[in-house]
Amino acid sequence: MSAPRDTFGRPIVVVTGMGVVTSLGAGKTDNWAKLTAGESGIHTITRFPTDGLKTTMAGSIDFVPVDPFSSTDLSERLADLVTEEAVAQAGIGSKGDFPGPLFLAVAPVEVEWPQRQALGRAIGSSTTIDYDQMLRVSGGGKFTDYHRRFLFGSVADHLADTFGTKGSPISLSTACASGATAIQLGVEAIRRGEADAALCVATDGSVNPEALIRFSLLSALSTQNDPPQGAVKPFAKNRDGFVMAEGAGALVLESLEAATARGARILGVLAGCGELADSFHRTRSSPDGKPIIGCVRNALADAGLDADQIDYINAHGTGTPENDKMEYLGISTVFGERASKVPVSSNKSMVGHTLSAAGAVEAVFSLLTLEHQRIPPTINYDVPDPAIPFDVVPNTARDARVTTVMSNSFGFGGQNASLIITGEPA
Amino acid sequence: MTDTSTSKTEATEAWITGIGLATSLGEGLEANWDGLTERRVNVDDKGFAPYLVHPLAPVSFDAQIPKKGDQRQMEAWQRIGTYAAGLALDSAGIKGNKDILARMDMIVAAGGGERDLAVDSAILNAEAQGNSAPGFLNERLMSDLRPTLFLAQLSNLLAGNIAIVHGVTGSSRTFMGEEAAGVDAARIALARIASGQSDIALVGAAHNGERKDLLVLYEFGDFNLKDKFAPVWARGKESGFALGSGGAFLVIESRKHAEARGAKPYARLTQVVADRVSRKSAGDVTTSLSKLWSQLDGVEGQGAIITGATGAEPATSEERAFLKAHPEFAVRATGTSFGHTMETQFPLGLALAALSISKGKLFPPNDSAGVEIEMTKAPSQIVVVGAGHWRGEGMALVEAVR
Repeated sequence: MSAPRDTFGRPIVVVTGMGVVTSLGAGKTDNWAKLTAGESGIHTITRFPTDGLKTTMAGSIDFVPVDPFSSTDLSERLADLVTEEAVAQAGIGSKGDFPGPLFLAVAPVEVEWPQRQALGRAIGSSTTIDYDQMLRVSGGGKFTDYHRRFLFGSVADHLADTFGTKGSPISLSTACASGATAIQLGVEAIRRGEADAALCVATDGSVNPEALIRFSLLSALSTQNDPPQGAVKPFAKNRDGFVMAEGAGALVLESLEAATARGARILGVLAGCGELADSFHRTRSSPDGKPIIGCVRNALADAGLDADQIDYINAHGTGTPENDKMEYLGISTVFGERASKVPVSSNKSMVGHTLSAAGAVEAVFSLLTLEHQRIPPTINYDVPDPAIPFDVVPNTARDARVTTVMSNSFGFGGQNASLIITGEPA
Repeated sequence: MTDTSTSKTEATEAWITGIGLATSLGEGLEANWDGLTERRVNVDDKGFAPYLVHPLAPVSFDAQIPKKGDQRQMEAWQRIGTYAAGLALDSAGIKGNKDILARMDMIVAAGGGERDLAVDSAILNAEAQGNSAPGFLNERLMSDLRPTLFLAQLSNLLAGNIAIVHGVTGSSRTFMGEEAAGVDAARIALARIASGQSDIALVGAAHNGERKDLLVLYEFGDFNLKDKFAPVWARGKESGFALGSGGAFLVIESRKHAEARGAKPYARLTQVVADRVSRKSAGDVTTSLSKLWSQLDGVEGQGAIITGATGAEPATSEERAFLKAHPEFAVRATGTSFGHTMETQFPLGLALAALSISKGKLFPPNDSAGVEIEMTKAPSQIVVVGAGHWRGEGMALVEAVR
């Protein structure tokens, strides 16, 4: 019997396990219940003082304790949680022995303020502090753990040790498209026949003062702090920016052949991936929308599908004036008249923008949409934008027949990635 | 299935058709080749004393990044990389070729996070003087951080800048994770071409070693070379690496694609293999490198090895134990000449291997410890080795086109 192949003769890639954590909670069950109830996980920040900040809310995850706090430590904890959930659901390999490679989307790692302040304390107040003084106190073994922690590869290193993934783990960043890229790399490895299974994880625990301020200085964040639950307003006329959030998502991908052979339950099919970079500007999309259009078309072509066959779009939908306008331009160009009919909703209206994790978090939600035949809403949609006549599934979840989902991710640096996920092997 | 190697079965042949180098020895292929031939080492023992760094040789960024506005939006590591990427596209003869650039893959290995040292220092000083009011950090960061600095810190913005300045837009992927990121960038690019998922890719990395914030990170682990320069193999108890500045980019494409456009190859990239052992026991690096070596198909005797050995211990001694098993191979450690360029070290090794093969000779040894031996014949194969200072092992086979 020949191996199951797609229309291009490639191994079919299926999902057999998934895990998710967001500000709504840990795990698929809790997240799905709240997401379809239209609940928001956005809240006023209590992790650090917000005095003097224009934005004082976020979708931070405060129920996973990390002490002392660092964004990299939290990212690692979140990645652990979702990977455990995904691997357990897949029932693949054995404990600490995952039979395939790891692709990890993770925020760029750097030494953070608590650690920098520890160096300041080690120098003391009688000396003027500069980087020469910091260098003087850094060596000698007092801060060895900081080296291990703040290497860019450190989270992947930990996951590879914990879950026993094989080979060289890849840590990647394509900004806010990172989660989708991690999945794409897994799909490609299985299609090449390099692996029968791949672990694709995306995590982000970036809500710290400097990260928030960096986005704030780029005028990217919503400043409508009160009530925080109302801040993210994708596709609404009064949208004013995205809200930073934390989260993680994990998928166990397998070839259909391997999954079937071990009797695994198939949760969905990764039918296609598309990408295309934008060379227009560091933070803005090309005004003609061509890169987004090309990205969406590449995903459709890779899946061997027409736009007509997509019956739900899980939007990038950040709630920034720019993103939502450009996403409409891209979708409406490819989908034509159907653009106003096909449901397009934004999970970010509830969980905020989980940045490096978003592509994977939203892939998990797309798979849950297929499983439950129910589309999560776009909340905070009270003032429609006549320039964006999408059916955004406003404010209330909707039962619908959904067989094929497109999930979009766009990021700073001209990053565009789209995934197409179907409910059953074609 | 335990290894992550590029399958050679019925694989499309991949050529290296473009090389771009900007390093401490100079910009361009000839300047780097001359520096190697003259055994030149450009090391600064004063600017960062007691630490040693290999500073970037003077470069006219305008030649590859014509808009000053673009240059202002980047920090040094991004300028070095965007510059070297432009040289690679020039070298492949596809600069400005919109048809090819629009479908060209790009995989960049990057760090990032370049700090504003003055802002950091001022905040820590104020805090040391007792200013610890809630919101003090917020207030200072809000007023002192340059908005554009964030974009110069983001790892994926080297690729973003290459897209903007040179128009490479087929795809854009950034791998992080120190030395291993450079190995995996080449591994995935080759795998995509070999399997027919892609025809042509721009692959590479850039590093600014002249950064005190980076020295701090590696000083946490006591990895920095101090006080006195010595070749990588001769560091003995004074182990460590001297950070190097540099960018190395390659254009890799399928033979068919290259021949169709009449492109000349420097060499063939036959295989890239990688692994990550936990390094819990002595000798783990030796074992990992030996295993990777066994995965390379058709390595002939009396060849050459270009390694990115860092000088950090125990990795370098364990790599040396691996090399001892191949005493007839002429070894060259790029760390001596270029310093440790981290994510860039493996692409740099690939670049020098391809250049050596195209020139029909290996550059001379630069070593007082007897590890590097002369090679007089033309190399037809070069194995590129990269063992990270903390994690990650990789290997590639670069061969003459037959």
